[in-house]
Formats: sequence, structure tokens, C-alpha cells
Amino acid sequence: MTILLEVENLSVSYGRVEAVRDVSLEVGTGRIASVIGANGAGKTTLLAAIMGLLPCRGRIMFDGQDIGRVPAEERVALGMSLVPEQRDLFGSMTVLENLELGSFRRGRAEISERLESVFALFPRLRERRGQDAGTLSGGERQMLAMGRALMARPRLLMLDEPSLGLAPLIVRDIMRTIDELRGSGVSVLLVEQNARAALQIADTGLVMELGEATVRGPAADLIADPRISELYLGRAVEVR
Amino acid sequence: MDSTIALFLIQDGVINGAIYALLAVALVLVFAVTRVILVPQGDFVTFGGLSLAALEAGRTPGAIWLLVMLAAAAAVMDAFVAAREGDVGKAVRLLLRNLLPALLIAAAVHLLAPLRLGMAVNVLLVIAITVPIGPYLYRVAFQPLADASVLVLLIAAVGVHLALTALGLVLFGAEGYRTAPVISGSFEIGPFFVSAQSLLVLAATLILLAALALFFGRTLIGKALRASAINRRGARLVGIPTMLSGRIAFAMAAAIGVVSAVLIAPLTTLYYDSGFIIGLKGFVAAIIGGLAAYPPAVAAAMAVGLLESFSSFWASAFKEAIVFAAIVPVLLWRSLTTQHADEEE
Repeated sequence: MTILLEVENLSVSYGRVEAVRDVSLEVGTGRIASVIGANGAGKTTLLAAIMGLLPCRGRIMFDGQDIGRVPAEERVALGMSLVPEQRDLFGSMTVLENLELGSFRRGRAEISERLESVFALFPRLRERRGQDAGTLSGGERQMLAMGRALMARPRLLMLDEPSLGLAPLIVRDIMRTIDELRGSGVSVLLVEQNARAALQIADTGLVMELGEATVRGPAADLIADPRISELYLGRAVEVR
Repeated sequence: MDSTIALFLIQDGVINGAIYALLAVALVLVFAVTRVILVPQGDFVTFGGLSLAALEAGRTPGAIWLLVMLAAAAAVMDAFVAAREGDVGKAVRLLLRNLLPALLIAAAVHLLAPLRLGMAVNVLLVIAITVPIGPYLYRVAFQPLADASVLVLLIAAVGVHLALTALGLVLFGAEGYRTAPVISGSFEIGPFFVSAQSLLVLAATLILLAALALFFGRTLIGKALRASAINRRGARLVGIPTMLSGRIAFAMAAAIGVVSAVLIAPLTTLYYDSGFIIGLKGFVAAIIGGLAAYPPAVAAAMAVGLLESFSSFWASAFKEAIVFAAIVPVLLWRSLTTQHADEEE
């Protein structure tokens, strides 16, 4: 297995508060890595820093290249896509326009081909393509956010709380889609509070507490770990 | 007042309104994409108009020096950033990429100006000088502040305007100029006695507004600009560089400024400092339109034009005061009816 993303000793500070401290992680090509942890553990900050939206210390290697100084927009061109927790859709633009913009760095030529594959993953988006993104339901917004990210043909897809605020059935669909993406060779870095769902589809897992990575290992081992079970899996919804 | 006078005032108001509409659209465009209230928009108009007048007289417009100065400043800033990253090759490339086009344009204008090649060439030369000033200005004055608050950006915009006005005095002198009309002649349409230039103003404004609607509705770049305006982080996440959006928005504002200049310069005498008052009327219209949407801004610009022409008939001494006072009830109404939106991020 080759390593696509390698993060070494990443730290992020907001003023004097260190939100993320010395976190290292790696994501293999075609693998799913899940980061779990409580609210405020620094998971969102970690993803934003990896995407280049926040200044950070430490080293971020993508496909063997040190991308520490590469701005977020250029990381998209390299093959990284982030679906943020707030989705950050273009609300007063149509679903189709949102998706087209997802291919901004790929150019006109690839749009129709990419659209077909995104519509195949999320048939609902095809039905809604003329509708303004701001009028979509929560599940549809998540589908659109993921679809828009996939329009860029990413090699690494980073998802921040894709299940947040969604009904269990939709969460199951989303998780299944993420699983399918791995099959097509996309690597996924998944940040979730819904720890059980996240670990069930993941190859590797990382637990964050108060900005630090406390436990890491194969996802199956984490599920089997009684301490993690008690802390993070106890009240999670069974999704399979 | 009889109907003839009223019709004359209406015509006058609509023509001025059309030009204010162009300015208002430029202000809305730049604000939506970059959050900069582009106080210097009127300066693009004066620089364009005065450059056109200079070319008509066979002189080299002083604006080429502004272009070269800004390009040099942008080149140094870009190169400095690249050099700090340790990439010397990139620094040199950026230096040349900023500086070369500006030097070529300046040289071409300097060589062609004495030949008096006619209106069409002159307009093209003015476009070549003025449009790049927009993105260079963005690079030098606003890009370093891209994350600052609207207030800071406004202060920077006022600073840029003051600097440009002062430079305008140095580059063009204190004298006022008026250019020859793009087309001459006049017709009688029903009760209206219409000059060809005023029809041109209306037609050009309508064409430009339609072209902008097509640009924003159909092209990927246009959609990218709208996206940057709606959600800045979302735009970055699909790979639209904030910097690129800013430069394009400023280039478009400068281009709209040149169009306004070509239309207005035969109708009014332009001085180096005329930009502020012209821009301010576009600003009043843009504010009435909420600085967010184009159709209300255009409608408001028409209203501003009409209000101005009628108040110049009834109380000509107060016409500016009346136009600018019109913003007060609108602001009051807006502050009472719209919820206060917190600034992004």
C-alpha cells in the first residue's frame, strides 16, 4: 500500500490556545481513515489545516510532495477535496451550477462526464439539478456537497461530519457511498462524531482528545477496544 | 413647467441614470466579490475620459505612467512573496509577467498617440491603459488586506481614491476636457428631440448590462465570481483563487469605467477630480439597491438620474444635496426593515 497523505506533528493555534497539538496521521491510497472524538477535540481544525485553510506547524506531504506552502485552491488542483461541516454550498445558485463549479480546476471538457458519474452516485441530485442549492433538504445538501467535491476528481476526499443532522437512513446511504468511493480508488479521510458508523467502514482509525491524537490503529481494533467502546460507541446509532 | 421641459428633463435624467447604472453595477460587482466599496470607481471614469481627450489631441496620456508605476509595484510585491518562499525562478517570472505587459502597452500608446488614428483606435488604447490598472490596483492596495473587515477595506478604498485624484492632477493637469461625441447628429422621435450620443449611451448601457447577465449566467468564470461572492470559503474549496476573482472583478470595474468614460466625456467636462461626484451618484444607487443585486441598483440609478435632472430644474443650486440626501430615507428604511447581518467569518 502506498501512502497518499502523510501528516507529521501538525499543530494549530488560535492565538494562545493550541487547538491541535502534534497530530500525525497517514492515509493510504484507496483507504479510508476515520478520525473520531468528542465535540471540540480539534477534528474540524485538523481537516481545515490539512486543506490549507488554516495556518499550521508541522509537515503535510501529499503524494510525496511537501504541500505546506501550497494554498488551498492549489491543493484542490493537486487532488484534495474537503467537504466541510457547514457544506459551504452556493445557496442562491442551482444544483447544476454548484456541481459545475466543482470542476472549476478541471475545465469545461470534463464537466459532462463527471456530472454523469456524480448523478449515478446521487440520483436525487439529477432530479434537483435546476433547483437552488439553498432550498435543498439536509440530506440533499450533504449529497450536493459531496457531489461538488467529487466533480474535482479528487484523489483524497476529506469529509467533516458527513452524517451531522441527518436521518439514520440517509447516514447509511452516505456511508455506503463513501465505501463505494474507496472501491473506485479514492482515499477518504473521514471525521465523525458518529464513531461507530465511521469506524465500521474505515481501514484505520484515530481518536482525538483535547487536540491530541490519543489512540490509533486498525479500525477493527478500535471497535474492539473496550475503553473506546464505552466512550465513543456506546450511544451511537447502529447503521448496518 | 410644461410637457416639453418635462420630456427634456426625463431624457436628460435617463441618460445620466444610464451612466450611473453602469457605475452602480461596477460597485455591486466589486463589493460582492471582494467586499471592497470601490470609491475609486469614478476615478476610472476620469482617467479613461481624460486619456481619451489626450489621445484626441495627439498627446500621450499621463495615465500610462500610473499603469507602469502600479505594474512595477505589483511586480515587486509578487516577486517579494515568491522570493520569501525561496523560489527565485518564480520571483523573476512574476516580476516579468507583471511588468512586461504594462511596458508594452505604455510603449504602444506612446508611439501611436501622435498619429491620431481616430476614435476607434483611441478607445482601444484607452481600454488597454485603463483596464489593467484595475487588477494592478487590486494587487497593490487590496489583495494584502483580503481578509480584513469591510471597514478597513473602505478606508483603503478612500486612500486609493485620494491618491488617484492627486496623481490625476499631476498626470493630466488641472484643466477640464470634453471629448468629441462618438457619433454626432440628432433626431426627432415624437415629442423628443434626441441626440445620437444620448441614444448611444442608452444602447451601450443596455448592451453592457445584457452582456454582464450572460457572463454571470453562462460562463464558468462568471459563475465562479458569483460563487466567490456567495461563499468565499466554498469558492476556495472548489479551487477558485480569491486573488483571481478579485483581479477579474477589478478589471471588469475598470472596463465598465472606460465605457462610462467614453459615454460621458462628450456630455460633461471632466476634471482630474470629477470622479468622486460621479462615483458617489453610482454609489447612492448601489446603496439603494442594497449593494447586493443588479436590477434594483439599475432601477435606483435611473431614479437618481431623474431626481438629479428634475432638481436641477427646480433648485439647481441644491441638486447635489438633493441627490445625496435621497440616500438618508433609504438607509433609514433599510435599517428598519432588514435584519442586521453579521459580517462573514
